[in-house]
Amino acid sequence: MTEPVVEMRGISIEFPGVKALDGVDFRLFPGEVHSLMGENGAGKSTLIKALTGVYPIDAGEIRIAGEIRRLNGTADARNAGIATVYQEVNLCANLSIGENVMLGQEPRSALGIRWKALHAAAHAALERLGLGALDPRAPLSSLSLAVQQLVAIARAVQRESKVLILDEPTSSLDANEVANLFRVIRRLRDEGVAILFVSHFLDQVYAISDRMTILRNGRYEGEFLTKDLDRTALISTMIGKDADALRSIAARRARHDGEPQVVLSATDLGRKGSIAPTDVDLHRGEVVGLAGLLGSGRTELARLLYGADRADTGSIIRAGKRADLRSPRAAMRSRIAYSSENRRDEGIIRDLTVRENLILGLQTKRGWARPIPRREQDELVQKYIGELGIRPADPERPIKQLSGGNQQKVLLGRWLATQPEILILDEPTRGIDIGAKAEIQGAVAALAERGVTVVFISSELEEVVRLSDRILVLKDRRKIAELVNGEHVTADTIVAVIAEDAATAHEETEA
Amino acid sequence: MKQFLQHRAATLPTIGAVVIFVAMIAYGEIAYGRILQFSTLSNLLINNAHLVILAVGLTFVIVTGGIDLSVGAVIAFTSVTGVLLANAGWNPWLVMVLMVVIGGAFGLASGILVEYFGVQPFIATLAMMFLARGLASTLSTNPERLADDSPIRLIAAEWKLVDGPKVNDLILTPGVLIAAIVVLGAWFVLHRTRLGRTVYAIGGSEPSALLMGLPVWRTKVWVYVISGTLAGVAAVVYTARLGIAQNITGIGWELDAIAAVVIGGTLLTGGVGYVAGSVVGALVLGLMIVLITRDGKIPPEMTTIITGGIVLVFVLLQRGLSVVRRNP
Amino acid sequence: MNRVKGLVKKPPFWGFVAILLLLAINLAKDPRYLAITVSPVTGNLVGNVIDILRVVAPILLIAFGMCLVIATGGIDLSVGSVMAVSGAVAMQYLHDHGAPDSVGDALAAIGLALGVALLVGLVNAVLVAVVGLQPFITTLVMMLAGRGLAKVVTQGQNTNAVNDPMRWIANGYVLGIPVVFLLALVLIVVVAVLIRRSALGLLIESLGVDPKAARLAGVDRRALLFSAYLLSALLAGIAGLFATGSVMTVDVSQTGYQAELDAILAVVVGGTSLAGGRFSLGGAVVGAFLIATLDKTIVFLGVPASATPAFKAVVIVVLCLLQSQRVRGWIGQAGARMRAARKAVA
Repeated sequence: MTEPVVEMRGISIEFPGVKALDGVDFRLFPGEVHSLMGENGAGKSTLIKALTGVYPIDAGEIRIAGEIRRLNGTADARNAGIATVYQEVNLCANLSIGENVMLGQEPRSALGIRWKALHAAAHAALERLGLGALDPRAPLSSLSLAVQQLVAIARAVQRESKVLILDEPTSSLDANEVANLFRVIRRLRDEGVAILFVSHFLDQVYAISDRMTILRNGRYEGEFLTKDLDRTALISTMIGKDADALRSIAARRARHDGEPQVVLSATDLGRKGSIAPTDVDLHRGEVVGLAGLLGSGRTELARLLYGADRADTGSIIRAGKRADLRSPRAAMRSRIAYSSENRRDEGIIRDLTVRENLILGLQTKRGWARPIPRREQDELVQKYIGELGIRPADPERPIKQLSGGNQQKVLLGRWLATQPEILILDEPTRGIDIGAKAEIQGAVAALAERGVTVVFISSELEEVVRLSDRILVLKDRRKIAELVNGEHVTADTIVAVIAEDAATAHEETEA
Repeated sequence: MKQFLQHRAATLPTIGAVVIFVAMIAYGEIAYGRILQFSTLSNLLINNAHLVILAVGLTFVIVTGGIDLSVGAVIAFTSVTGVLLANAGWNPWLVMVLMVVIGGAFGLASGILVEYFGVQPFIATLAMMFLARGLASTLSTNPERLADDSPIRLIAAEWKLVDGPKVNDLILTPGVLIAAIVVLGAWFVLHRTRLGRTVYAIGGSEPSALLMGLPVWRTKVWVYVISGTLAGVAAVVYTARLGIAQNITGIGWELDAIAAVVIGGTLLTGGVGYVAGSVVGALVLGLMIVLITRDGKIPPEMTTIITGGIVLVFVLLQRGLSVVRRNP
Repeated sequence: MNRVKGLVKKPPFWGFVAILLLLAINLAKDPRYLAITVSPVTGNLVGNVIDILRVVAPILLIAFGMCLVIATGGIDLSVGSVMAVSGAVAMQYLHDHGAPDSVGDALAAIGLALGVALLVGLVNAVLVAVVGLQPFITTLVMMLAGRGLAKVVTQGQNTNAVNDPMRWIANGYVLGIPVVFLLALVLIVVVAVLIRRSALGLLIESLGVDPKAARLAGVDRRALLFSAYLLSALLAGIAGLFATGSVMTVDVSQTGYQAELDAILAVVVGGTSLAGGRFSLGGAVVGAFLIATLDKTIVFLGVPASATPAFKAVVIVVLCLLQSQRVRGWIGQAGARMRAARKAVA
């Protein structure tokens, strides 16, 4: 076997309070497509940023073509022959195709940029990827996102890169476009370029990659040849089983007796580009889990139920009446609450105190003219600080000074204070410590006992299975199964459902 | 045809500006007469040379997605300084260079505030506007008259190119020539240098430009320096023509310059725009004043309202277009 | 001790210190500077302090409006022009229709002026909140077009008028204290109570800190922006009446000229960040008093008043720098180094 072109050993990166990477190894050979696998927060993007010089490493070493390199900044990585194409197309839509390929590398003479030579060079780079039909003079905005993605790759390889990192390049492409992209990737691979591929679409990973490295919670879980690792094994390695610390609340929740009472019923609820039309029924006092990998459409579905995004198909019947949830305010009036997965940008209001963050939901529900009296505020805050175990128990501290887990508890408190009948929690336990996690799970179970309907979204299937009465499984932006929880349902069952669907989908494309 | 439109979509607003300009000339010629003749057109160029220069400078800033509100005040400060120094016996050529350098220094200060200290562009340049205006008032609150024999006035010397009948002459001034050179220089920088292309890339998407490894910081400081420097140049041209500098010179010129730029088809959100468009935009504004004067029924006080209205209409058009483009 | 430390950290404290410093300078020049006497002729209080109260009234009003707009994450550059428009409308109306001693005419003029001011505010609000234009471009257009509107109203003249009730509002005294100050005081107390006793303050802050998170929490962005821009225009309109009523003349190019500078300065001196979010109405009051004291001091010391705007601009630049992340980082580092050094010594 040849020498690896990239070899990373014992890489650790620490952020304040979080060990994002902990002794991770990774290697990449010329002429291979290597997938980096892991769930949200596993450390994939941190590892990529270490390799592209965005983050300095705290420990470990990076060898490129056998030499130890210190990568301080993206320029270093570029000079070492590492090129990156990101999920969002990072080109300038206002410029021509050719310019996007050549920006910063324009051929020049005394009279400035030589546009003819520039377009010729761009044409050559595109030709190499089989995109010779594109006119380099046409504006980039005339191309579909998929072709723009290919132009970004042309830009990357135009610099004779040895390593090409593709970070979620397929997340907005359709099947044909993916096939096109893969043709280009294979072509480059055959030319000896080492390709690091990241995608949450399992079928694609299996279709394109030769080798995989799996990360979980910032740790290295192993390197496998794709042909040696079946889907079930892959998913369970990615997801892991962290049953130990959480056993305390593992007691399965009691089954409900009697006829389930429907509180919300959505029919054909969908939005172009985020989730296919989907039916959802929610019952009183039940926990409904939305399971699926990152990008499966779970967050998108939740946002439609809350009116955070507007649905373009379908309708919602809420408590027997047709409800028009066109904004979060409308949803709040229907007693629906939603806690976003993006705690930092869509959850907490950084500069405000714990108290203010906590009462904000109730306050907007009541309206500006009916301020919550200070005494009531204090009571509410004391109640939730106690019930949810928010630490430090100081209501006047700015929320940005709290740990992630405690911020999450404050947000949970914000929504509980509005006394919702339906509470949607999107990844409430992501990136928080195990103690806080158990407390939040406990709170969810208690809520359902009191008759609140909870929609629970999590990347950790164990958690979803433990808490939910019913589980909707999503994949590739559509619902693929609905399971009633019971003795027979485990994380493995869901893994199997996702994997099987992947297998069938794969067979379909093969056929 | 469709492909042509696609390729040329960005130039359409600029072409639109030319159409507006021609239509205004035609209307003026029909309604009032004596528009399409040497003297009127010469005066249009001579009287608006400074605005053309300002608009060109602002084009750089606006294409990156920034704004420079300080240009009018910078003109006030540099021209008052210039006239005072020249009257105090300084070498007039040195004075003119100094005026340009002072303008550039204000631009540099804005650029550093914006880029290095992360102050929002409008706040940073608003602060510079107050500062320049305040410094100008510190120097003098009276109209300062440039000595009649000052060589600075040479910039406004009239070259009669065509001696027409009556006073219908084709006249140019060095000021107009300077404006033309500025326009050509700006075109060269924007379209034939990496600096210029980076300006467009930043306006298209700053994060992308950063990830592409372009020198984003340096370029953004440069655009403010360019805008400030050209404000200094505009001050020289304007002062030479008028022969008077005052601390209240140039109030509201930032709006005129913004108007010229947006009329010329430059998007206020950045990324799209042409120097040529801004030139036409400046001339449209100048012609508008001529027509208003000729008409005589519109009170001159209305001009700022009309200019403001034009800016709003064009910005609304731009917004409408971008919404349409996003959801076709 | 801790309480003192907390006080020192609050920016209005430094504004307060600056006011005392200015007064001290004045006292050094004239030991009787702070003396308040009763005028034997009119029975009103007279003295420099009373003058400051008169000067501060319009600044207080526009600073309050600006403070709220800035808190939403916007800016209102049109306050000075709104002052001119409102003054122009009132003066022109009284000039054309007013009887010299008619209270009714004065009220009509005030109503008309404030109506026009609110109209300008409404245009700002619609363009920012509904159309989604950037606040600075919207209000910049209004700043320049507004002054044009004032000139159109008076046909370019500096219209003067005679109306005693109007003049009394701007120049009169109640219990020896200037009416303008009392009115301004009542208005800002009403506004402060409205903002801080209702939930508006909290909602505006959450909108200014993080519009996305605020939306998901159910905050009604549009309604808040409307209230902020309308209130700012209304207060500026009243300030314009004060400014023109005292001389019963509107100077269409000077009334409210660069008033936005004073308003912004008062707000940042008061510790409100130009980036929006947390705001301090009390700080804006301190800031407004500082500006009024500064203006009076400069006149008193015989420094040419023309230098004030430059000085104010420098203060704004410095405060902008102090609010920037980078400078805060430096200060934090310097503080840490000092603490470490102190520890090492101990």
